[in-house]
Amino acid sequence: MTRRYSALTLFKEGLTGQTGWEKAWRSPEPKSNYDAIIIGGGGHGLATAYYLAKNHGVTNVALLEKGWIGGGNTGRNTTVVRSNYYYPESAAIYGLAHRLYKGLSKDLNYNVMFSARGVLTLAHSEAGMETAARTVNAIQINGIDSELFSLEDVRRLVPIYNFAPDARYPVYGGTWQASGGTARHDAVAWGYARAASRLGVDIIQNCEITDFIVEKGRCRGVVTSRGTIRADRTGMAVAGHSSVLAAKAGFRLPINSYALQACVSEPVKPILDTVVISPDTGVYVSQSDKGEMVIGGALDRIPSYAQRGNLPVLENVISGMLDMFPVFGQLKMMRQWAGIVDVVPDSSPIIGESPLPGLFLNCGWGTGGFKAIPAGGTMLAHLLATGTHHDISRPFDLDRFARGRLIDEAAGSGIAH
Amino acid sequence: MQLFPCPFCGLREESEFHYGAEAGNVRPDAGFVSADQWSDYLHMRDNPKGATREIWVHLTCGEFFMMERDTVTHRVMGSTLLEDATHSA
Amino acid sequence: MSASRLHAGGSEIDRSRNLTFTFDGREIQAFAGDSIASALLASGQAIVGRSFKYHRPRGIWGSGVEEPNALVDIQSSGGRVPNARATTEPAEHGLTVTSVNASPDALSDRHAMLDRFARFIPAAFYYKTFMWPDWHLFEPRIRAMAGLGIVDRAWTPRKASVQINHHCDVLVVGAGPAGLAAASHAAAAGHSVLLVDDRQHPGGSLRYRAGDIDGMPGHRWADETAKRLTEQGHTPLTETTAFGVYDHNLVALNQRHRDGRPDTLWRVRPRRIVLATGAIERPVPFANNDLPGILSADAALAYLRLHAVLVGRQVVVATNNDSAYEVASALAEAGASVTLVDCRAEARTTAPANVRLLAGRTVASAAGRKAVEGVVLSDGTAMPADCVLVSGGWTPSVHLFSQAKGKLAWSDELAAFLPANEVDGIGVAGAVAGTVSLSDTLNSATNALGSFGTPVGPAPRSVGPEATLGVVGLWPRMRAKGRIWIDYQNDVTAKDVELAARENFISVEHLKRYTTLGMATDQGKTSNLNGLALLAEATGRAIADVGTTTYRPPFTPVPFVSLNGPRRNSLLSPVRRLPLEARHRSDGAVFQEYGGWLRPACYGAGKAADLIQEEARRARQYLALFDGSTLGKIEVIGPQAAEFVDFIYYNTMSTLKPGRCRYGFILSENGIVFDDGILMRIDENRFIVSCSSSHVAAVHARLEEWRQDRFERSAVYIHNATSDLATLTVSGPRARDLLEKLDLGLDLDDASLPHMSLAQGRFGDDDLRVARVSFTGDRSYELSIRADRAEALWARLQSAGEAFQAVTIGLEALMILRAEKGYIVIGKDTDGNTMPHDLGVSGPREKRKTEFVGRRSLFTEDAERSDRKQLVGLAIAEGEPPLATGAHAIDRSDGHKRSIGFVTSSYHSPTLGRAIALALIESGAQRHGETVELYHLGVLRRAILVPPCAFDPEGGRLHA
Repeated sequence: MTRRYSALTLFKEGLTGQTGWEKAWRSPEPKSNYDAIIIGGGGHGLATAYYLAKNHGVTNVALLEKGWIGGGNTGRNTTVVRSNYYYPESAAIYGLAHRLYKGLSKDLNYNVMFSARGVLTLAHSEAGMETAARTVNAIQINGIDSELFSLEDVRRLVPIYNFAPDARYPVYGGTWQASGGTARHDAVAWGYARAASRLGVDIIQNCEITDFIVEKGRCRGVVTSRGTIRADRTGMAVAGHSSVLAAKAGFRLPINSYALQACVSEPVKPILDTVVISPDTGVYVSQSDKGEMVIGGALDRIPSYAQRGNLPVLENVISGMLDMFPVFGQLKMMRQWAGIVDVVPDSSPIIGESPLPGLFLNCGWGTGGFKAIPAGGTMLAHLLATGTHHDISRPFDLDRFARGRLIDEAAGSGIAH
Repeated sequence: MQLFPCPFCGLREESEFHYGAEAGNVRPDAGFVSADQWSDYLHMRDNPKGATREIWVHLTCGEFFMMERDTVTHRVMGSTLLEDATHSA
Repeated sequence: MSASRLHAGGSEIDRSRNLTFTFDGREIQAFAGDSIASALLASGQAIVGRSFKYHRPRGIWGSGVEEPNALVDIQSSGGRVPNARATTEPAEHGLTVTSVNASPDALSDRHAMLDRFARFIPAAFYYKTFMWPDWHLFEPRIRAMAGLGIVDRAWTPRKASVQINHHCDVLVVGAGPAGLAAASHAAAAGHSVLLVDDRQHPGGSLRYRAGDIDGMPGHRWADETAKRLTEQGHTPLTETTAFGVYDHNLVALNQRHRDGRPDTLWRVRPRRIVLATGAIERPVPFANNDLPGILSADAALAYLRLHAVLVGRQVVVATNNDSAYEVASALAEAGASVTLVDCRAEARTTAPANVRLLAGRTVASAAGRKAVEGVVLSDGTAMPADCVLVSGGWTPSVHLFSQAKGKLAWSDELAAFLPANEVDGIGVAGAVAGTVSLSDTLNSATNALGSFGTPVGPAPRSVGPEATLGVVGLWPRMRAKGRIWIDYQNDVTAKDVELAARENFISVEHLKRYTTLGMATDQGKTSNLNGLALLAEATGRAIADVGTTTYRPPFTPVPFVSLNGPRRNSLLSPVRRLPLEARHRSDGAVFQEYGGWLRPACYGAGKAADLIQEEARRARQYLALFDGSTLGKIEVIGPQAAEFVDFIYYNTMSTLKPGRCRYGFILSENGIVFDDGILMRIDENRFIVSCSSSHVAAVHARLEEWRQDRFERSAVYIHNATSDLATLTVSGPRARDLLEKLDLGLDLDDASLPHMSLAQGRFGDDDLRVARVSFTGDRSYELSIRADRAEALWARLQSAGEAFQAVTIGLEALMILRAEKGYIVIGKDTDGNTMPHDLGVSGPREKRKTEFVGRRSLFTEDAERSDRKQLVGLAIAEGEPPLATGAHAIDRSDGHKRSIGFVTSSYHSPTLGRAIALALIESGAQRHGETVELYHLGVLRRAILVPPCAFDPEGGRLHA
């Protein structure tokens, strides 16, 4: 069986019909006891499993996924990775994620195609430029790369942008993070799954949580569609469905679930090299390696668990996109979909022990969860292994809401996640 | 495009409405209010998957009302005037 | 392949109208009525494109939206369309058509050699390599290889697309026999009907397949039915694709036009939807089944009957069902030599006339280099062929049904997934519902209409021989020899599916994502089921248990411009405009957008910064006129009005006396300062909330929400009068002198109208509200008058002002004036964390006894912190330029740089002759006199923390 991925093994397998590859991850039957349980087989859950095994040597772990791994927001997002955040607390967590992303392919022996093609966030007014300056300064002070771009810089970088005088949102400049970019979302899930599985983690799909086992006020495991599974520590990373599980565990979260839509065009030859974000239209665009324009926009502001797009929001997103790139008016929308995101009042994640002791949370990433996967996994793994916060995750504890210590990037920088 | 029933205006397209909040979230403003009580009111939500009762506003007529609907199927069960909803709750 | 045009026939072409276009530089002759695909076939063009990954030569496979191969870039006088589907694009004179993903052209593509390395680059190979030394070294080349069509960088938008909202009783999708029958039933019953079809003419398969209805050939019945519907006012929409069923059964249609207009988006809200979307023929799995010259049997029949194109001379038809028999017969009749290879041993024993039938056998492989040259059968028989037609069964087009959350069930009898449940408001008819015979198809229409289908008059009846299917599964098998293509466009083979299964990608969604099966522009219309079937075998499951991937809109790709419609340029989120905009323009105003309003930034020609300085200087020296019409004017009226504003405002407002004004904050429930402004009390029961310009709608919404939530509706009433009135401001030491000249019918002396008071006057015949409030720090009067009468007042102020050297100022000069005074702008000098005590207004927080919005939030742990960011002024050394707005104050006491706040406003003050700035700094209010370091884009400067007010701190000028 071939395990290692490399040009050489690929070549050797090519000589024998690619028949020697082993499973990317095992699918064992669940055992009745583990040292830790992770609920949710998305990027955050899978990364938690991997770092629990790798960083803490905890390998007797079950990862339980209701459907198929990577099937939630991990497989539905627009794959942007960046760490240009305003507050030091955010910079610490997204900066860690960004650093881990850079070395992730080699670490996992799985090409997650992290591509530092740069992220450009535009400014559409004088006030927008002032905000951009404030943001760039904050990010630089946080020790993360960020530049203030003039109109001329934007022209040079994205010549196909709409610089016409009748553009609804004219460009004044923007902020640029050269080290930001995109990664291949499915590969992140599968790469972590493969690496975690090889370290001994049991990845169990089609396994839905029906209840928590609570003894003496502590979470001692879960009841699932595939039987009862016990562990002294359980972590949940189930973006979009966090409130549903919280209700089963007997507490509430400061979360509303909303649909976030995205769509892609038909694939075309390369024409857009960077990620472009327009705060005023709320639209972001990049071109995938396959050639599709990947387009995201604002939330559907109707609480929903239906993972599907709706027409009015789509039309607004497309209109904003065409104001940015009129030249894409010759393209067609090929596919449209939606994911359900956890929206928290301050749009920052919630990481820490839940009101039910023994149950740990990783949720509330809103629309920005993909870029944080390696850090989210590291933090939850630390909590599951030690029972205590990593320094970086402390500010993101659920207790910040009662304390009033919100970490609101939009409030600080004027730019939403 | 969903259709929502304004108690005054009847069925109208979703773009005429704004989501307000979950119904039944009562503001704790009598006497001592603990930090947790306040945070519960201000931030914590049931966020149910399935049937839900919510406060909506029809922007074009300005009426706030309660709507019962399903967050999975998007089926709308009905809507009630805020006054009637408060009195029956 | 030796496809050719026959000398006669072709119901859709007009042989009297010749046209010419080019394909990859070669001239192609066609007739009006041809599609690009039929014209290419007629001209013998076997290779029309290259596959996405291996650059395999590919020919036309289908005749409609299912086409996986024939994608082309089309350049016409109307512009460029990349990735157009040749089978559905009409041939037009003068088009320049280019194959995609081929260089220099499809015939001789220089990347064709990639196919030789195919075994080393199977599905998902890129996840296993390119990691060392770094992905970035490989990615640019891979990007350049990927993608299909080429975007024209010089493309410019044409006129806006039209969007139509439509209501009807019944929407019928698909104008084949079932759809036509459903539409005519519904129309006969008196319902309004919209019938849509993606082809140029109604009729569907009736246009080229056998079948008689009501005593006439099917295609004539279709034409007559469509004609009758038109006469009844239900004109069918052709060349229109229903591409999505959205929430609450809103159906989106994409209508194409042939006159150069951009496509139209229809949003249709029917009471009943009938899906008569038909079915799509599947490929047959055998080695090299992707060679040019291998087509869908159904497509071959369509090309023959509609375009008089005979797709081959020596034809092998491979089938697992009866539907190909008609095709074999028709091609034989047209002069081809036809061999029918039926995998079923017993299905048919009688071969059609002139057709050689080989039953109980399958095609094992096709041979040929750039086009099919022959086949080898499962029994080893080899035979030459210039064309292979395949019919692997039919896949019902359940896309829209599934989008509407309908459930599917597997049918062994039809070897397909069929709609399995009732979906509110939606019926299915014809092939999508699993009917085979024309009788069943026509009859299914009644059921599909539900309560809209009560028959009126006779139903259409099939009177000819009935179609049968008798399909048996002919699925790709494990470990089959050779390369069997499942997804043509994305180059997914049977071995790729097996590889995915081997590596545990056994969820159908994993299969799709890992191999990219079904993710191409055709969204797997021909490939999905064959892929599922093979996955089922590879994992020991039944096809029904494997399930399908989620069907997502759009059914076929939809031009972005049609979704855009009129929402572009100024109509994309339109700006709000001042009543006096024209007047300001003639005064030379330079406009900018502020918080959604288009407002004068400054006046005159020249360098804006100089103009602004001059306006600010003269405003202080003489007199300023300013259009403040955007200021909020929300009236709160009623017996509980005072109680209401007390609850809304941070400051106690009920103690305000009629005729007086008070400055205050409105907080959010989280204690953050949401808005600031003046509250005016007109009389006991009437207040005016003068909120900031960009917050009017939001403040109004909050007031309404609290009113309806907490107050007796009959005791408080709220009216947003912002756009009813224009507000013109007169500010400066001579302000009162100017007003005295206007004869406003009120006492202007300071005893009658002191600072922070208001009075009612008149200007001509109109009421005039005069409020003595100031945002400049100078004596100021805000004059509010009916918006439509404001121009006369403005003109009067300007003419009378000349004597006082009055200057008309824009918003930028006002920003300097207010900053000199330390007056804040919410959202600029505050952020989303700023609480009132951070701005030095802590009285109500400490003393108020009554409840107000946001109160409890002012006492959280965070709100009590001593190191909160507080509003300060910044002073810099004489002669230095202003600080950068957005510069951060930094602290490095622990060795690291840490932001302790930032510059919120910064200007050069012409009156003070130096730079001024406001900032939010940690504990700033207690640190006046201290020096801080300020960081901006790598450069450090220093400033001293001072009180926010830099000009006239005693406030004497308010009364001067």
